Amino acid sequence: MKPPAFEYHDPVELEPALELLRRYQGEAKILAGGQSLLALLNFRLTRPVALIDVNRIRRLSYIKEQDGRLCLGAVTRQRAVEFSPLVREKLPLLAEATRLVGHLPTRTRGTIGGSLAHADPAAEYPAVFSALDGELVARGPNGERVLGAREFFQGLMTTALAPDEVLVEVRLPLMTAQCGWAFEEFSRRQGDFAIVGVAAQVCVVGERCKTARLAAAGVGPTPLRLERAEQTLEQDGLSERSIAEAAARAAEQTEPPSDLHATAQYRRHLTRVLTQRAISRALARARGERR
Amino acid sequence: MAAQRFIGRPVKRIEDLPLLTGRGVFIADLPFANLRHAAILRAPYAHARILGINASRARGAPGVVGVITGNDVARLTRPFAVGVRAPVKYYCMATGKVRFVGEPVAVVVADDRYLAEDALELIEVEYEPLPAVIDPERAAAPDAPVLHEEAGTNVACRRKMTYGDPQRCFEDADVVVKAQFKFPKYSSTPIETYGVAASYEPGSGVLTIWANFMGPFILHSLLARSLNLAENRLRLIVPPDIGGSYGIKTSIFPYMALLGLAAMETGVTVRWIEDRREHLLAASSGTDRVAYRELAARKDGTLLAMRARWLDNVGGYIRSPEPGCAFRPIGNWVGPYRVQSLDIDAGVVMTNKCPTGPNRGYGCGHLYFEIERMVDMLADKLGMDPAEVRRRNLIQPSQFPYRTPTGGLYDSGDYPAAFERALKTADYAGLRREQVQARAQGRLFGVGLALAVDPSVSNMGYISVALDPEIRGRPGYLPKSGATEAITIRIDPLGKISVILGSTPQGQGHRTILAQVVADEFGVELDDVTVTDEMDTFTRLWSVSSGSYSSRFATVGASAAAVAARKLKAKLVKHASYLTEIPEQALEFADGQVRPRAGGQPALSLKELAGRVHWNAAALPEGIEPGLEATAVFGFPEAKSPDALDRVNSSNTYGFIAEVMAVEVDPETAAVKILRYVSVHDAGTIINPLIADGQILGGALHGLGGALYEELVYDEDGQQLCASFMDYLVPTAAEAPQLQIEHLASPSPFTPLGAKGLGEASSMTAPAVVANAVSDALRPLGIEITELPITPSRLWHLIEKARMRKP
Amino acid sequence: MSESRRIRLKVNCEWRESRAAPRKLLVDFLREDLGLTGTHVGCEHGICGACTILVNGEAARSCLMLAVQADGAELTTVEGLAAHGKLHPLQEAFREHHGLQCGFCTPGMLLTAYDLLCVNPAPDEEEIRAALSAVLCRCTGYLGIIEAVKTAARRLREAISK
Ligand code: FES
Ligand code: FES
Repeated sequence: MKPPAFEYHDPVELEPALELLRRYQGEAKILAGGQSLLALLNFRLTRPVALIDVNRIRRLSYIKEQDGRLCLGAVTRQRAVEFSPLVREKLPLLAEATRLVGHLPTRTRGTIGGSLAHADPAAEYPAVFSALDGELVARGPNGERVLGAREFFQGLMTTALAPDEVLVEVRLPLMTAQCGWAFEEFSRRQGDFAIVGVAAQVCVVGERCKTARLAAAGVGPTPLRLERAEQTLEQDGLSERSIAEAAARAAEQTEPPSDLHATAQYRRHLTRVLTQRAISRALARARGERR
Repeated sequence: MAAQRFIGRPVKRIEDLPLLTGRGVFIADLPFANLRHAAILRAPYAHARILGINASRARGAPGVVGVITGNDVARLTRPFAVGVRAPVKYYCMATGKVRFVGEPVAVVVADDRYLAEDALELIEVEYEPLPAVIDPERAAAPDAPVLHEEAGTNVACRRKMTYGDPQRCFEDADVVVKAQFKFPKYSSTPIETYGVAASYEPGSGVLTIWANFMGPFILHSLLARSLNLAENRLRLIVPPDIGGSYGIKTSIFPYMALLGLAAMETGVTVRWIEDRREHLLAASSGTDRVAYRELAARKDGTLLAMRARWLDNVGGYIRSPEPGCAFRPIGNWVGPYRVQSLDIDAGVVMTNKCPTGPNRGYGCGHLYFEIERMVDMLADKLGMDPAEVRRRNLIQPSQFPYRTPTGGLYDSGDYPAAFERALKTADYAGLRREQVQARAQGRLFGVGLALAVDPSVSNMGYISVALDPEIRGRPGYLPKSGATEAITIRIDPLGKISVILGSTPQGQGHRTILAQVVADEFGVELDDVTVTDEMDTFTRLWSVSSGSYSSRFATVGASAAAVAARKLKAKLVKHASYLTEIPEQALEFADGQVRPRAGGQPALSLKELAGRVHWNAAALPEGIEPGLEATAVFGFPEAKSPDALDRVNSSNTYGFIAEVMAVEVDPETAAVKILRYVSVHDAGTIINPLIADGQILGGALHGLGGALYEELVYDEDGQQLCASFMDYLVPTAAEAPQLQIEHLASPSPFTPLGAKGLGEASSMTAPAVVANAVSDALRPLGIEITELPITPSRLWHLIEKARMRKP
Repeated sequence: MSESRRIRLKVNCEWRESRAAPRKLLVDFLREDLGLTGTHVGCEHGICGACTILVNGEAARSCLMLAVQADGAELTTVEGLAAHGKLHPLQEAFREHHGLQCGFCTPGMLLTAYDLLCVNPAPDEEEIRAALSAVLCRCTGYLGIIEAVKTAARRLREAISK
C-alpha cells in the first residue's frame, strides 16, 4: 500500500496553487489535511498526475467572526476548530460536531475545508453546513464565487467545485440567543463515520420554536436537510408529540442505502431515533438546562 | 519444592523496556545488507481460471530484480501436505486457477516496495471467471461449482462419530432442544501484519527464512518438502519480537515458501511485509460454521446426550493445521458437563473465501457458543434458572482426573466452586432482581452465563481424527502424538544463569515467566537470570510440536525450565557432596546455595560451586561431567494418538472458566451495552498474575469482537467487503468493557509447577456469554441469538420481526 | 515535481537531513532513512494508530503524511519520549499496569496518550477511552492501558503542583 508516483508542489501562496491547477487541467488534486486523500493514494484508488499541497499556504488558516458569521479558512485544522474558544462560544454545534470527526490525531492534520470538499455523505461537517445553510467560498481563475451548502454537495463525494477551483473559506451563521444545539450520531465504534448522524440547532421564543435547523448524515449520497421535520417543529411547537412527529417526518424523508453495517430500513429508523434525541437535547440546551 | 519468591507475583515484565522505548526488533526492523523488497499481485476474482500471465513489462520496469509467477511455483515447488484424504493441491501461489479473492498470483522483487507495487500494475493476467460459492451448505450440495476438480467435491473431510448411546438417550429424553447456529468468519488481525525475509546461499545450499511465524514447527517439514529442500538446509529464524498473532501467524507459512522461492530464484535477499489490505483479504481467519444441534435432557435438567452436525468453511484450500477447528476440542466436546453420549457429524467444506487456520480459542469459541446457548434454551424450555441447570450437570471435584467420553483427561478442577464464585462475584441473585425491575419498566436487561473447559497444550495427535480409524489402523500409517518443549539452562563461572529456548512469543512475556521460574528454582534474584528466546532451527533444540500456540507455554515451557533447573541443582548437590564429604541425601539446594538439610555449615554458594566446576575441571570426581549446562525436554505421557474408537486426549491440561455478564439492549437503536462482566478462571498455579490477567482481558475482547463487531463479509460473488480497518471493525478502548477477573487454583497434577494454559481463555467464552445475555434480555420478545455477530442492524431487525409477531 | 527532495527536520530534538521522493510516506522515511524503527506500521490508512508520532507537538498519523510535508517540522517519536535515560511517566505506568503485551501498538498508544495529557491534564475515564480509541490494540483488551494513563496523568499533575 504505497502511493503511485506523482508530481508534487507545495506553494506558499494561493495564486501559484491556482495557476498549477489550471496547468494540470483537472489531473491534479489538492492535498489539504490528507486524512482521506493519503489513504486513498496508499490504496492506489486515486492516481492524480500531481498533488498541490496547500498546507503551506498560511493565509488559508484562520477562524474569525465577521458580519454575524463565523469564517474559517479552508485549511484550518479540525483540531484548531475543536479548541477554538470562539467556535465553542459562538457556534457550539460546530465544536460538538468536530469532536466526532475521526480522532484527535486525525484532526491534527485534517482540515475543515478538506472534509467538506471530500464530501463523504456520512461525515459530520457536511451535515452541519447543510443544517445551517453554510457558505463555501471557491476561488478559481475568474475570481471567487460563494456557494450555498445545498448547491455545493451534488452527489456521492461530488461537489460543485470546478477542477480549477480551490475552496478557500467556509462560513456559518453564528448561533443567536435562546438557541440550543446537538449532534447525535450512531456509529458502531468510537470515531467511525456515523451510520447515521443528525445535526440540530433549535431556537426558541418562549414555548414556540422560532427556527429549527436539522440535517442528517449517512442517509443518502449527500447530507440531507430535514425540512419537513423543521416545518413540523416551527408550526406545531415543541411538545413531545410534535418532536416525535418531526422525527417521524425526518425518517420519511430519507432514502438511505444498505451496506455492510446497516440496512436501509435500520438507517431510516435510526434517523427517527436520532432526530428525536437531537431535538430534545438541543431544546434542553436552548432552555438553559445543562445537558 | 523450591521457595516461591517470584512465582505467583505480578513481576513487571523484562520485555517491556525495549518495547516502551522503540527498541523492539520486529521482522520489519531486522537489518539486512542489500535488501530487496517484494510485492504480491492478487486475484481480483473469487474463482477463475488463469489463462495466461504476461510479466515481461514488469520485468523491465525500473528497479525490478525479478518476477515469480504460478508457472515457477508449479515447476519448482510441491503442494503442501495436509491432514485429510481429499487430493487438494495447495501451492504457495495460484497455479492455473484462483480460488479466493486476494490469492497470490505473482511476486515482484524490486529495489523498494514502491517500485515493486508499480511493477505489479504492469503484469497482465488473463482470467476466465467461474461461478463462485461461498456458503458452506451450498458448497456441500452436489450441484455446487467445484473448486478442486481432482477432489470432485468441495467436502474436504467428513467424520461421523458416536460415543456412548446417544440414540437411546434421545429416545428416553423428556425434552429435546434443537437449534441451528451460525458462527462468523473473523480474525484476531494482529496489528503487526505478516512479514517474511529470505536469503539463499548457493554454496551451502542453505535457505534462510526469517518470519514472524509462531509455529507449530511441524510446518518446517512441510515447507522443506514443498521447496524440495532437505530439512537441514532450511533454516527458520523468528525475530525477537512478534507484534501479536493469536493463532493467525501460523498460517504465514505459504508466504515463507513463496519468499523462499523468490530468494532462490532471484539470488537476492528479499523481504515482504504484508499490508493491511492483503492481510484482511488473504491472510487467515477462523472458520465460519453452520451447526445443527440437539440436546436431550430429563425434566429435572439432567443432560443426557448431545447431537451435532456442522460444516466448517475452510475457504479456498484446506490448509494445515485445518481441519483443526473441527477436531481440536475433541477431548472437551462435552464441556464441563457429565454427558456420556454424543453423536457428531463433522464436515469440512471448501468455498471461495480466504483459507482459514487457528484463531484464538481455535474451535472452542464455536463449541461453547453452541453448547452454552443450548443449555440456556433448555433452561427456558424447562422453566428453570439457567444457573441451576448448569449446577446439576457439572463434573464434580471428586471425579478428577476425569475421562470424557471422547477421550479427554481433565486433570484437575473444582467446577462447582468456580461457578459459584462467579455467581457470587457478579451478584447473580441481585442481577436477577434488577432484571425483574427493569423488565417492569419495559427495559431490555439480560443476564448471561457461560462455562467452559479451557484446553491447553494441544496433543499433535488430535488432527489425525480427521482420518477414518480404518485408515489410521493400516500398516505403515505413522501415528502422531506429542507436545514437547526443550529448554537449556547454563550457569556461568560466576554463578549467573542463562536460559535458552526457542519459543516464539507474541507478547506473552515468556522471558519474564522463565526468569521467575528459574530464579525461584535456584533461589536467586531475577537479575541473576538472563533468558534468550529467539527461535532459530539451526541452533535451538526443537521438535515438530515447538512453537507458541494452544496456550502451551506456562505449562510445557515452564515445566521444561523447572526440570532443567532441577537437573543442574542435582549436579551441584552431587559435587558439593564430593567436596564436603557429606552424603548427597543430607544436602539440599536452597536459597542459592547447597547446604546441609539439617541447617548450619558448610554452605556452598552457587557462585562458589560454579567457579569450582568451571575453573578446575580436572578436579571433578568421576561421574560428574565438566560444564554446567542442562537441557530438559518436557513432554506429556498422556498425549497419545487417537484410539480405534476415535477417543483422544486432545490437550494436556484443562482449565475452567465461568463467566457472568449483564447487558442492556437499547430498544431504540438495538445497541448492546455491557453493564457487568465477571470472569472466573481456574488455570492451576498462576506464575504471573499480571500476565495472566492480560491474557484473559485480551482474549475476552477477541471473543467480544467476534460476537459484536467483527466479520469478514463476502458478497454472493465472493468479493470480500471489508478489506480495510474502516470496514473490519476492531473494538477500540471505547468499546472495551470492564472485566472483573478472579482466579481459583487447582494445580495440574501433570506439570511440576501445577500450571495450566490460559492464553486463549475468555476468547472461547465471550461469544457464548454475550449471546446468552442478549437472548436473556430479549426473552420477553422470544428472541434467541443463534447467529453472530450481533450487529445493531441485525438485532434491530430481529426485534422488529418479533414485535410484529406479538403486538 | 516527482524527483526526490531534500528534507531537513528536527526529530527528537536533533536536526536530521535526507532526501526522499515526494510519494514517500513519512513513516517509511522515519524508519528507512532515519533508522527510527520504533514507529510502527499497522494499516497505512489512518485507522490503527500504530504510526502515530508528534508533529510540532501534536499527535498525527505518520502514514497519512508525506515525508516532504515534514520538511522544517519538529517531530517526536517513541525513541524521544524518555529523557536522559529516564522513562516518561507514561512509559513507567504502562509497565506497571501491563499496558503492553506484544508492544506493537505501544509507540502509537504512548504518543496518543501524551497528546491527550497535553490538551487535557485531568481526563476522566470516558475521555481517556475516547482518546485512546484512536489506536487499536489487539493484545491487552485496553484496560491496563487505561489504568496506566490514569496513573501517569495523576503523577504528572502531582509533579507540576510540587
Ligand atoms: S499505520 Fe498509520 S494509522 Fe495505521
Ligand atoms: S500490545 Fe500488542 S497490539 Fe497492543
